Amino acid sequence: MSEDWREGGFALYVHWPFCEAKCPYCDFNSHVVANVDQDRWARALAAEIARSAALTPGRVLKSIFFGGGTPSLMKPETVETVLRAARDGWTWANDIEITLEANPRSVEAARFQGFASAGVNRVSLGVQALNDADLRRLGRLHSAAEAQVAFDTARDTFDRVSFDLIYARQNQTLADWETELRSALALAVDHMSLYQLTIEPGTAFGARHAAGGLRGLPDEDLAADMYELTQALCEAAGYPAYEVSNHARPGAESRHNLVYWHYGDYVGVGPGAHGRVTIDGRKHATEDWTAPGKWLEAAEAGSGHRSVAELDGPTQAGEYMLMGLRVCEGVDIDRLERMAPGGIAQEKLAALQDIGVLWKESTRFGVTARGRMVLNAVVTELLPDQD
Amino acid sequence: MTPLSRIRNFSIVAHIDHGKSTLADRLIQLTGTVAERDMKDQLLDAMDIERERGITIKANTVRIDYPAKDGNTYVLNLIDTPGHVDFAYEVARSMQAVEGSLLVVDATQGVEAQTLANVYTAIDADHEIVPVLNKVDLPASDPDRVREQIEDVIGIDASEACLISAKTGVGIPDVLEAIVNKLPPPDEGDADKPLKAMLVDSKYDQYLGVIVIVRVIDGTLKKGDRIRMMKTGGTYDVDDVGVYRPAMTAVESLGPGEIGYLNASIKQVRDTRVGDTITHEKKPCETALPGFKPSVPVVFCGLFPVDANDFEDMRDAIEKLALNDASFTYEMETSAALGFGFRCGFLGLLHLEVIRDRLEREYGIELITTAPSVIYHLYTKDGERRDLHNPADMPDMTTVGHIEEPRIKATIMVPDEYLGDVLKLCQERRGLQMDLTYVGGRAMAVYDLPLNEVVFDFYDRLKSVTKGYASFDYEMIGYREDNLVKMSILVNDEPVDALAMMVHRDRAEMRGRAMCEKLKELIPRHMFKIPIQAAIGAKVIARETLSAMRKDVTAKCYGGDASRKKKLLEKQKAGKKKMRQFGKVEIPQEAFISALKMDS
Repeated sequence: MSEDWREGGFALYVHWPFCEAKCPYCDFNSHVVANVDQDRWARALAAEIARSAALTPGRVLKSIFFGGGTPSLMKPETVETVLRAARDGWTWANDIEITLEANPRSVEAARFQGFASAGVNRVSLGVQALNDADLRRLGRLHSAAEAQVAFDTARDTFDRVSFDLIYARQNQTLADWETELRSALALAVDHMSLYQLTIEPGTAFGARHAAGGLRGLPDEDLAADMYELTQALCEAAGYPAYEVSNHARPGAESRHNLVYWHYGDYVGVGPGAHGRVTIDGRKHATEDWTAPGKWLEAAEAGSGHRSVAELDGPTQAGEYMLMGLRVCEGVDIDRLERMAPGGIAQEKLAALQDIGVLWKESTRFGVTARGRMVLNAVVTELLPDQD
Repeated sequence: MTPLSRIRNFSIVAHIDHGKSTLADRLIQLTGTVAERDMKDQLLDAMDIERERGITIKANTVRIDYPAKDGNTYVLNLIDTPGHVDFAYEVARSMQAVEGSLLVVDATQGVEAQTLANVYTAIDADHEIVPVLNKVDLPASDPDRVREQIEDVIGIDASEACLISAKTGVGIPDVLEAIVNKLPPPDEGDADKPLKAMLVDSKYDQYLGVIVIVRVIDGTLKKGDRIRMMKTGGTYDVDDVGVYRPAMTAVESLGPGEIGYLNASIKQVRDTRVGDTITHEKKPCETALPGFKPSVPVVFCGLFPVDANDFEDMRDAIEKLALNDASFTYEMETSAALGFGFRCGFLGLLHLEVIRDRLEREYGIELITTAPSVIYHLYTKDGERRDLHNPADMPDMTTVGHIEEPRIKATIMVPDEYLGDVLKLCQERRGLQMDLTYVGGRAMAVYDLPLNEVVFDFYDRLKSVTKGYASFDYEMIGYREDNLVKMSILVNDEPVDALAMMVHRDRAEMRGRAMCEKLKELIPRHMFKIPIQAAIGAKVIARETLSAMRKDVTAKCYGGDASRKKKLLEKQKAGKKKMRQFGKVEIPQEAFISALKMDS
């Protein structure tokens, strides 16, 4: 029997943890550091990749993703060194997707050509909002006009361009968002990620919100209306949602993210990066040291992993549902059954079907449009009881 | 044995916080009964709950040797009685065991309802009463006004009241002299007659077993005696007799007029009924003391473990508590909503709270308490009577002829400015005014109220509308017919047994609406919409709809989030375990009690 990860494929995630400024909503592992010795970092990342490659021989790499942090602050040479290590480590798929997250600023746009030469073929731009007032409030360093220029450069440079927007912002009305989304759809190339603003603990917004600040955030009903509007407008414009917050023209879905959501294997390198890697038929979760200095030293000393833990069947099944139910096609019942025999609570599936949040066919089940909006509640129901 | 003329037995009557325990502490301290280094506040209140709430649940006694100004040393026996209406019977028994009372009144506050009830109990027991005005050191104190109030309201002479500050110790020597000079010695008793002693109270000591507080009337009680409880019939060998100073101190014997303890390897407090008569097995006295009555619970509620796995532990805990409290009853109950638990009977609301607190604290069991209920008398069409302890057991109305409910006579004392709100509250609770009088800026309202309307949150509401200035006391006055119905609550079209209640027909709509609105707030949104209804029989009288949850989804979830987000959801799921699954709906445990609280 083939290993389970093949159902989702194999990808590489590279985490570049540095930013010029920390955005108040961001809970990703990012750090503002004045001087980064990029050559040293490039060597450490390459060494980590080589070590992972040795443990996963014969794999075909579907995708590489540079996330952060702000990977567009990497020098093209750094990107090139990392990609060379990946090239040496694994066989690449003919249509490998190599994505880099970029800030839509002129400084970074000037490097786009270099990134493309190094092998990057897709960028994901952190546009976030299309008006300056909201950009400032979100702590972004670019203006709407600057983003437009960077976006045009990206279109000219890369085959595939995606951008992110954050909505359900402070004091945003349904009509405001409709206007903004229509403009966004007019810009779109083939892919968009539309996230509702989430207040995360441990962020500047989190602290302000806890202290009673950050008023005017939409309530559950307005947030739901905005989400429904988003689905309707994107669908009509030819960008249906293939995941909770991701929209693409058919065929232009992010292959990288689909590896996560199809619960494939992915190697994670860089501070705070997570991986899911099957070694000798057993799936492992890897987690790297979060602090950049600590990670760099650890990587140079032999491994950037803070922990490597084998995942048992029920845990894998839980993760697969958590990820898999985010995408339209849902999850494969046989696959779940192989991970955790007898682990599917049939009566719960039936109850969720009854209330119209879940669909089930002979081999798969997934969430309906209404179910997707309450996915956390659905997944919570389906996760096995803890004792 | 002490000659009767040198014995003074007394109790202290006071409202909560008027200084009863502090005065007792001072008397003990001033007479050197306890070494200075062993002094602690509320010496006589042994249980944590007693200390914390400033209430006395179990009677305590202490023996004080007092060298009086007349040159003689007197033995003073203080019985510290429970003060709360729930324990009215125990108070009455304790009062029978002594000949006099100190009436302690806070000179800044005046007489309160609870003081009244207890002082009347003392008067009923033919006590000589010495008024003591406490807190005279405070600027707000008004001894003249309070003295007048005591004379007007209670009708006893307060001209020679002792003015004291139990806190600073001012006036305490006067109190000791007043005890000796104004309170009578015990009535004639005969040491040679057969033993006749009153069982005043008892408590369980984990090392010694049951300790019984006794007051000897006739005869002599000593170690080695074989005794018989005249009502319960049990016979025991006395291992030990002694007095409290306040530490247990063994004595040779206890004679007429004396108060002390006996220890006879009795296993359960249940075997020692307050008010029973203790005599010798061989040479018994002819007649038992009058006035004994077994205690009868009047308030009932269901207690269920929050975690169903705790049921067995809870059963053990309840059995142990019951051994130590004969007035508390329990039987197993099964609720569709709450699983296995117990239907428990209590003397009153305080008693309920005390038992619940002890289960939670001393035994570490988290509990869900259902709405307190009273015993209704159901009469069939043929006139046959059945007692209804639990609204869930209410039979089909077509078989019921009429229903009677217990009524109380409530005495409420309140400053004038809050009287209007108090009358309104009593009116809302279907009260009938029996009396309304004014004494020195305070009103005394006496109402005939259904106990049902009082057991739940009446006292809380009273405190809140009077900013805590009202005092309240009640006694049962019997049963009366009224138009009562069972109101069921349906959540998602299924009746929730633990929320069913008996209500007056005229108030059903109002209560039903309030319940539905409250539940709508208390139950979290689910993935589907949930109708919440109140119904009488098949007729829906109130309805609310809890709309379906619309949005609960994590916007971003990438490779690094698989474990983190999963843990988050698992934590949420664990949190939901605290809720009770009812049909498809999860109801938080606090809903079962909060839903019943009325805001107005």
